[in-house]
Amino acid sequence: MKFRLLAAIALIAAPMTMTTGASAAEVNVYSYRQDTLVRPLFDAFTKETGVKVNVVFARSGLIKRMQAEGRNSPADLVFTVDIARLSDIVNAGLAQPVKTPALEKAVPAEYRDPEGMWYGLTLRARMIFTSKDRVEKGAITSYEELADPKWRGKICTRKGDHAYNIALLSAYIGHYGEAKATEWLKGVKANLARKPQGNDRAQVKAIMEGVCDIAIGNHYYMALMLGNDKQKPWAASANLVFPTLAGEGTHMNVSGVMLTKHAPNRANAVKLMEFLVSKKAQGIYANVNNEYPIDPDVKASPLLESWGKFPRDTIALDKIADNRAAALKIVNSVGYNDGPVTN
Amino acid sequence: MTGLQASATDARTRGTRRFRPDPWAAGAFVITAIVALPVLTVLAAAFFPTENIWPHLWDTVLPGYILATLELMAGVAAGTILIGVSTAWLVTACDFPGRRIFEWALVLPLAMPAYVVAYVYTDILEFAGPVQALLRDIFGWRTAKDYWFPEIRSLGGAIVVMTMTLYPYVYLLTRSAFLEQSSGVGEAARTLGCSPWAAFRRVSLPMARPSIVVGVALVLMETLNDFGTVDFFAIQTLTTGMFNVWLVMNNTGGGAQIAVVMLIFVIFLLVAERAARRKRGYHDTSTRPRLPVRFVLRGGRKLLAVLVCAVPILIGFIVPAGLLTSYAIEFYDVSLNNRFPQAALNSILLAALAAVVAVMIGLFLAYAVRLRKSTLLRNLARFASLGYAVPGAVLAIGILFPFGAFDNAVDGFMRTTFGISTGLILSGTIVAVLFAYVVRFLALAYGTLEAGLGRVTPHMDDAARTLNHGPAQALIKVNLPIIRGSMLTAGILIFVDCMKELPATLLLRPFNFDTLATYVYQFASDELLEECALGALTIVAAGIIPVILLTRVMGRNRPDQEFSIT
Repeated sequence: MKFRLLAAIALIAAPMTMTTGASAAEVNVYSYRQDTLVRPLFDAFTKETGVKVNVVFARSGLIKRMQAEGRNSPADLVFTVDIARLSDIVNAGLAQPVKTPALEKAVPAEYRDPEGMWYGLTLRARMIFTSKDRVEKGAITSYEELADPKWRGKICTRKGDHAYNIALLSAYIGHYGEAKATEWLKGVKANLARKPQGNDRAQVKAIMEGVCDIAIGNHYYMALMLGNDKQKPWAASANLVFPTLAGEGTHMNVSGVMLTKHAPNRANAVKLMEFLVSKKAQGIYANVNNEYPIDPDVKASPLLESWGKFPRDTIALDKIADNRAAALKIVNSVGYNDGPVTN
Repeated sequence: MTGLQASATDARTRGTRRFRPDPWAAGAFVITAIVALPVLTVLAAAFFPTENIWPHLWDTVLPGYILATLELMAGVAAGTILIGVSTAWLVTACDFPGRRIFEWALVLPLAMPAYVVAYVYTDILEFAGPVQALLRDIFGWRTAKDYWFPEIRSLGGAIVVMTMTLYPYVYLLTRSAFLEQSSGVGEAARTLGCSPWAAFRRVSLPMARPSIVVGVALVLMETLNDFGTVDFFAIQTLTTGMFNVWLVMNNTGGGAQIAVVMLIFVIFLLVAERAARRKRGYHDTSTRPRLPVRFVLRGGRKLLAVLVCAVPILIGFIVPAGLLTSYAIEFYDVSLNNRFPQAALNSILLAALAAVVAVMIGLFLAYAVRLRKSTLLRNLARFASLGYAVPGAVLAIGILFPFGAFDNAVDGFMRTTFGISTGLILSGTIVAVLFAYVVRFLALAYGTLEAGLGRVTPHMDDAARTLNHGPAQALIKVNLPIIRGSMLTAGILIFVDCMKELPATLLLRPFNFDTLATYVYQFASDELLEECALGALTIVAAGIIPVILLTRVMGRNRPDQEFSIT
């Protein structure tokens, strides 16, 4: 009886939801990015080409899903919010190279894989926010200074094992090596005002609340807060710093895209990739999400332009990805998430 | 008559053949094997890691995870016992204004997803929230450094939030236990000179102990696999640790190893729960409880009773529901887009379907165990129920791999044999999501129905069999009508839990498919409470009606047999 029921359910469900293989006008996306953020771009793409974009969004685990699905995986493209996941997928052998003139022209060499395994779509800067009232402008200009004992009890960050912080620490390891990175993180931990918690916005809010004077966060959160009535005062309490790392520049991460090894709709997938680096789509990214366009010829949003130009850290993105496991071990070994209490 | 004899007699009376295939045992075996797949997949990953980081975990974060998990569990256990038992006793043994309303309203927080309650209280109690703003206005403080205020994002905060959303499990079970015993034994104690308090302490409470233990075990399993609340409050528990190692660090072996530590916790809980139920030596011999006589409370006691019952409802339901409602009204244009109604429909259909399937499978297993009286079968069924305590994200990964392997095997076979590709048959369909729900919540169904069937005397089966009914007919004609209540209870609990389920749904769902929980999540994951209020409220609303139904059902039946885990 049970089996018959299950079979019946499967029969009803299958045509409704059966994972679509190749078909004329579709492309299937696994996205680590929220669908609300990418949906406007996909809608624009569908409008222009008539190709339907199907999305599964999850914050984690999609790579496991692709591994399990193997050669029959319906996914054509994977969207990620940082470099580490892109490299995970390449390392798992789930990507296939793609090179087209449009892709290579729009995306600068440092923001794409040399073999074409992945392409950056947008850039996000990891910034320092400082209290307007309590920190003088120019008092902190580098990530290194976050470990300076003069900021004891003044710093707020989200959890140390969050992908954005891991990427920053990975870049630090890339410049200085593991031993110095460990020392640095110990210093930052000692300077924490409270146990790491909340998202990047919550750190800026903590500045407004007087809980801390310095916070770390991605640049577009500042833009999001400025666009939200309730959060405007949070943003208004902080100054923006584009810090340097090893004298070079601000740590940048990419949101990116890659073509899967078994992509059943390869042609449409490549079409979507090219669309996303087109001037039109880059403009949407820039103005809707306030991310820095990957194409240097496309202007950032007026708000971002008003923040001015700044030097960028030049460390290779794949090096950041390679150092991730080491970075997470350092976060664990200094007990970063326990907060300022020494144990 | 034992099961073995029964089937022997059966075979003899039919007289056709000596060996018959045993559909019940075979069916139970197959079902448990399938349902246990996810947990087995995780175990395999733990014991055969590709890169073993266990030593690193053990030296750094793991002791902290274990300690925090234990502290959280201890706090939540204490809180839920205190609230659950005291309110249960008040509404069954005492009379005071509003008692009849409290009786069902005390269950309402069960419909609230804990992580939503966590968001709500952070919104209210944090620095920028209304409470602290008011205090600053009154006392003229300016920054957070000017005064002390309890930090909501803390272990204490997590304990309070989880206590307030989970105490209904303890309340429901304890209340049913008190209802069952309240008439005879309580009065006997009073005639022997006990005060109401002494009657409670010396008679009612010990008799209800097994039910309380079952309730607390359920609560602790939920506590153990919670991710949303502890992550939001930045508590480093086993679940958050495992999540980071497995999905952030992408180290499957390490994540699975932490999952095994959690399974050890669960097995310990199950053993403790079994032991507590076995020791139950008290029985009310009267078959039909009379209407209870309640102590009429007056004056200060009356007020206190009202307060004790009202506060948990206020904190666990009214305040969060109120805030969500006001946000939902204010931001309905942001949250109400064309995907919302479809998401609501998906949630309700999927949860209802999962409830039906899980109850049927649970019934099949429980009846097979009853028929065959095999310890092996019983232990298999219990092992299959472990899915209840596995965090959803882990369960999802444990499902991805066997499903993917199955699909690809079928596809490979079809390709080589017939030259056609079948692609993915199960992976990425709602069947996978449904399977996750069934694996996750089968424990509720099996445990409840095993206990429910235990209440039916075997003589009933025997009588049916002498009337030449087969086991299946005996189940349908004799047992089913008696355990209808248990089936409804299990079904409702599973429905409500499925409505709230997030991590497995997120990872296993088909393209362009939302449930209310995933719909809410896309806003909630950015800590944007306002935008997700409408969806959250709908989850709550869909949960309320069954939850109220549940109170009615459980008021009628014997509690500790009505409801248990495995």
